[in-house]
Amino acid sequence: MGKVIVVTSGKGGVGKTTTSAAVATGLALRGHRTVVIDFDVGLRNLDLVMGCERRVVFDFINVINGDANLNQALIRDKRIENLYVFPTSQTRDKDALKRDGVDRVMTELKKTFDYIICDSPAGIEHGALTALYHADSAIIVTNPEVSSVRDSDRIIGMLASKTRRAEKREKPVEEHLLLTRYSPERVRKGEMLSVDDVKEILSVPLLGIIPESETVLKASNTGMPVILDADSPAGRAYEDAVARFLGEQREMRFVMPERKNFLRGWFGRAAS
Amino acid sequence: MSLFDFFFPKKPASAAIAKERLQIVLAHERAGRDGPDFLPLLQKELLAVVAKYIPVKDDMIRVNLGKAGTASVLEINVEMPGAKMMKGMTAATA
Repeated sequence: MGKVIVVTSGKGGVGKTTTSAAVATGLALRGHRTVVIDFDVGLRNLDLVMGCERRVVFDFINVINGDANLNQALIRDKRIENLYVFPTSQTRDKDALKRDGVDRVMTELKKTFDYIICDSPAGIEHGALTALYHADSAIIVTNPEVSSVRDSDRIIGMLASKTRRAEKREKPVEEHLLLTRYSPERVRKGEMLSVDDVKEILSVPLLGIIPESETVLKASNTGMPVILDADSPAGRAYEDAVARFLGEQREMRFVMPERKNFLRGWFGRAAS
Repeated sequence: MSLFDFFFPKKPASAAIAKERLQIVLAHERAGRDGPDFLPLLQKELLAVVAKYIPVKDDMIRVNLGKAGTASVLEINVEMPGAKMMKGMTAATA
């Protein structure tokens, strides 16, 4: 039986789609059969981030309505084996994701995939609740910033009450905190909430820290999941996060700023 | 503390302010979140029933869910209108 992972945050623009693409790719690279689903009906973007926008023929809504079957709608990644993208529709009807239709699709996907990554839309409306309903595990994407932390707290509350697991009183959804757009230098200066601050406030175990990095934009420009850029700090950080998700022990990187040189380390404090 | 910091005392770091504000607002929001969401509707329906017999206004009925030890207590307070007003009402409806 496949495991369902929702990538959620409450707030928009924190890196849910970037994370969904990176984590799905990372899991597939490690040999797991993985599908990543876009739940953001009307605002399709996962296809662009995954670089398969010109190959979309059928979508989630088509499958729910019975106009196409799953195999027709799933897009096989050209770079990585075992990786599939399930695009959403560009129709404006946010309520098109009917519960029984989604149930049917999820049951079907769980039979053939090891991991099903659900890229949630922002907000706490129907789309976001549908995305988290089937979750076995949740990656809560948070920026070290007040509004993002508050919205994450709200979503954590919903994971505890609005999921299938909560309704059926099963084992609660496994929660993972992923701190993105983190700037160790600004944390050092006291301008940004630190990893420990966010961990303390949300009390969710930390899956990883993704440093603010230029390569994230470059990757989305070209439709390449950032995890494939093994030289970039963000790519390495996602690689670590996937390894931790699979149970490996890896030390947290990018917590403190890297020392540029010896002199700066020595005199930098007084000058800043 | 370096000599530099002594002559140019720092303002409190903004991250510390952010953390404190978040802790306060989230403590408040979490307390409200655990309550069931039927309370407003229950209050409305109770008001409708009570209003059939006693002339009460919206703000005269209060429904609260509290805790007493391990048990949850549903507390319903109905403020009875004054005797004078009651008389007026009965006269009007009669």
